[in-house]
Amino acid sequence: MSLDGCGAPEQGVDITVGANEVVLSGKVRSDGAPVGGAFVRLLDASGEFTAEVVSSADGDFRFFAAPGTWTIRALHRSGNGQASVNAEGPGVHPVEVAVA
Amino acid sequence: MSREDVLVSAAWSEENLNAPGVVFVEVDEDTSAYDGGHIPGAVKIDWRNELQDPVRRDFVDRAGFEKLLSAKGISNDDTVILYGGNNNWFAAYAYWYFKLYGHDAVKLLDGGRKKWELDGRPLDKEQVERAETTYTAQEQDLAIRAFRDEVVDAIGNKNLVDVRSPDEFSGKLLAPAHLPQEQAQRAGHIPSAINVPWSKAANEDGTFKSNEELAEIYGEAGFDGSRKTIAYCRIGERSSHTWFALHELLGHEDVKNYDGSWTEYGSLVGVPVELGSGKEA
Repeated sequence: MSLDGCGAPEQGVDITVGANEVVLSGKVRSDGAPVGGAFVRLLDASGEFTAEVVSSADGDFRFFAAPGTWTIRALHRSGNGQASVNAEGPGVHPVEVAVA
Repeated sequence: MSREDVLVSAAWSEENLNAPGVVFVEVDEDTSAYDGGHIPGAVKIDWRNELQDPVRRDFVDRAGFEKLLSAKGISNDDTVILYGGNNNWFAAYAYWYFKLYGHDAVKLLDGGRKKWELDGRPLDKEQVERAETTYTAQEQDLAIRAFRDEVVDAIGNKNLVDVRSPDEFSGKLLAPAHLPQEQAQRAGHIPSAINVPWSKAANEDGTFKSNEELAEIYGEAGFDGSRKTIAYCRIGERSSHTWFALHELLGHEDVKNYDGSWTEYGSLVGVPVELGSGKEA
């Protein structure tokens, strides 16, 4: 799998996104390879836990959030990692999280 | 009640997978997790299809619960160890539900499926067969279940603990952020409720915080130990997690879970709803 696609996660386009939905969507990777079965936690601007999903076999995750700055933290038996994303308004906001 | 009476660790569980009289049960809303690999020997309960009435919004009745547990091969004498995904939300809900129907010997696997997986403990896909039993349930223990009228009556005089995220509490979001937000009910919270998100009670790996940490968290949020308590969330599963922390771990005596929760309250005509953080006053 090429890393060129990092900015545009495939799975973000295969759902119907409501006009007002703020979607944070992307992949968990380790050394570039997708990590399935990671626990992906959405933390708000103050670091408070908001939601959690398990990444798909292809490493995909998706949150329905609100405008703002969010941290996405992934936990996996192979390691943990996090990334931040600023969602200014409705739409699909891509984000990648590397675990090590 | 001590912590050991209601919680077991992943390490203890792995050592007791084949212990006589102990049944492991995975409870989830999405049972594909179980099908993809479960704790060896564990049976599954489908939160939606097996614990909820298929037509009305309510639980399966006493006879239905007896039939379910009999078919799962669970007897009245068994110690049931519950675990699941979503930080044990649905397992905690099932724990409360088992207590509601009078099954006393039930415990939660601390950290649930998440802790088990993060530890790299074994999962398998074996078909689990248990001989059918003749399970007998009790009438529902309504000392731990709240209905809408008593929730309205509790405004201003009981602890109302809203365990949703701060954005759901304030009215900014209508559901947890892993779900779509277009919902029918009004946004906000029950007036006089305190907001202590369920996640405050859990560590990152899904295990419960210590009793000392829990007492401090609820105390700081304005929880009054001399008052009766009702916990609620959106559909009653996250509040089961907090009901467990308040009633089973901290030992507060009169604590109810309002399973109608915000999807019911936020749809009621004429009841008071408050917006904002609740801390402006």
